[in-house]
Amino acid sequence: MAARVPASARAGGARFAQFKLVLLGESAVGKSSLVLRFVKDQFDDYRESTIGAAFLTQTIALDENTTVKFEIWDTAGQERYKSLAPMYYRNANCAVVVYDISQAQSLDKAKAWVKELQRQANENIVIALAGNKLDLVTENPSKRAIQTEDAETYAKEAGLLFFETSAKTSENVRELFTEIAKKLPLDQAGPRNIRSGPRAGVDLRPEASGTQGAGACSC
Amino acid sequence: MEEIAPEYDVVVLGTGLTECVLSGVLSVKGKKVLHIDRNDHYGGEAASVNIEALFKKYGNYNAGEEPWKKYGRVNDWNIDLIPKLLMSNGELTNILVSTDVTRYLEFKQIAGSYVQQGNGPKATVAKVPSDAGEALRSPLMGIFEKRRAKKFFEWVGNFKEDDPVTHNGLNLNTCTMKEVYDKFGLEATTRDFIGHSMALYLTDEYINEKGAAKEAVIRIRLYANSMARYGKSPYIYPLYGLGELPQGFARLSAIYGGTYMLNTSIDEILYDGTKASGIRATMKERGEEGDGMKFTTKAKKIIGDPSYFPGKVQVVGHVLRAICILNHPVTSTDNSDSAQIIIPQSQVGRKNDIYIAVVSSAHNVCPRGYYIAIVSTIAERTSNHHVELQAGFDRLGKVEEMFLGPPIPLYEPLESGVNDNIFISKSYDATSHFETTTDDVKDIYRRAEGQELVVEGLREGQNLVGEE
Repeated sequence: MAARVPASARAGGARFAQFKLVLLGESAVGKSSLVLRFVKDQFDDYRESTIGAAFLTQTIALDENTTVKFEIWDTAGQERYKSLAPMYYRNANCAVVVYDISQAQSLDKAKAWVKELQRQANENIVIALAGNKLDLVTENPSKRAIQTEDAETYAKEAGLLFFETSAKTSENVRELFTEIAKKLPLDQAGPRNIRSGPRAGVDLRPEASGTQGAGACSC
Repeated sequence: MEEIAPEYDVVVLGTGLTECVLSGVLSVKGKKVLHIDRNDHYGGEAASVNIEALFKKYGNYNAGEEPWKKYGRVNDWNIDLIPKLLMSNGELTNILVSTDVTRYLEFKQIAGSYVQQGNGPKATVAKVPSDAGEALRSPLMGIFEKRRAKKFFEWVGNFKEDDPVTHNGLNLNTCTMKEVYDKFGLEATTRDFIGHSMALYLTDEYINEKGAAKEAVIRIRLYANSMARYGKSPYIYPLYGLGELPQGFARLSAIYGGTYMLNTSIDEILYDGTKASGIRATMKERGEEGDGMKFTTKAKKIIGDPSYFPGKVQVVGHVLRAICILNHPVTSTDNSDSAQIIIPQSQVGRKNDIYIAVVSSAHNVCPRGYYIAIVSTIAERTSNHHVELQAGFDRLGKVEEMFLGPPIPLYEPLESGVNDNIFISKSYDATSHFETTTDDVKDIYRRAEGQELVVEGLREGQNLVGEE
């Protein structure tokens, strides 16, 4: 079920909130790998371009009383030829813009995606910049093409969270998502029922139909 | 930029709803799909646009003026170019559910379904009764007629195709709808609202056609079942406009491996003898320097909307559509945030019905306080088209802004595609819902794939990486 607006609820002092997170960045920088590490704690060296990792959720407990659930949207490859639909950005509460620290061009591409986000998404969207493939550089420092300071300076100027990450070793992956969770407006969301979520509209699934299912006629 | 594959199972041209549903279904079935649109946005004719884009599309302002500025933030507007609603129990709903595209969309009910009786200032607009109980309360019928209508609705509700006992001595496969109405002794005005606002026929041709009665009864049942599902009206509508539908199915296709390219024009369809075998195309963003990215790829089949195949389609009619911006609800709709109003042709001396579809800020298609009403009908004359829509305008009251272009041609393919491997969709017709669109989806699928499209369980047996 998709989060349109942040949903949160309090029960006995406990807070629960759900947010839509979108991934952006050039092809092959490791967007899906980062999410797969975060959600399933898995990594696959030979992952092909994204097929089917389209809709994942993961929950983070910020403290004893506060739980944040991310509903994570993958680009499904639609970024490859700049064909992401407005639907993708719609009501996104946060975004991870990924680049590859071993590819000089990829930070410029990431900057372009940040601009696109600022144009298309909510004004108060929380954006994190992630320089991925830290493991490559740890193994062989000569592979670094983007200096940490350069990316960090840009992130500061643009008001972004910043981490260098490795989906392969999981370095900084959890930290990245936790920092995003901390920055989200947990208190702005009004109290709601935890289970029912934020949907105000009708539920199309036949079993959810309030009155009669298909085939029954009210005549 | 990554290379385009040398060959695809299917190349789809245009990202209208028909094309996106097909693209999604074919990708789910494991076909390698390349999906292209010449525009910089999804949806083609079925897109929803912001108010600045709408003014620019119709060009109804003077140079140097920026009339959209008085309507708030342009991006708060998502105005449909084609007025349609989903039947809650219709086939598009089934496809949305079976493909899980519902995950990306949120739907709301349309608040009411209305029909007009009479013409001019004396016209009455009333809710369409959809079952026996509502028939008894409806102002559309007198006391005795109500009882007859109640009997008719009860019969329709109990009708089972394979149980002759429920047929009331009528053979629906051979009889006309006139014979059915006669059997229940229904008056002309009752026939009018049943046929036009429930069975949703645009003309009266169905009445005397032999064997058409079954189709009519099925249509009335669809209306009644859709009505029963959520209660207010038989229609639902996606938040942010109908343009969300093609986007949702495009995402489905992409998730299953479909490749998407907007801003891409087709330079040539390549043929191997009489059969299409590929495309030559150029991807170039608006304002981009240089020649763009040129490529050629093979395709076993090509599916596309009529605009990509001007030599392979014919015009079968013209629709008139006027998009009207109001700052008040439409009168006689109980201040509803949304409605459909049908003005049956016989009530206003026409051959084709006039439809009004109203949506508002409740559906996130415009800022608070505004309403978008689209008045439409099939063109019956060659000029003065605003006169043809006048009975619809009469219902609206004060209109802030009206967008009315020339009649819009409706296209259909000349051939099935079996001979040239090119499978072309139909234009979005004048009906108020998507039932004919999903018929077209199924028809194209049958022509292209040589088998029926089974909607139920479409995604069963498909393994997705890391899906919940």
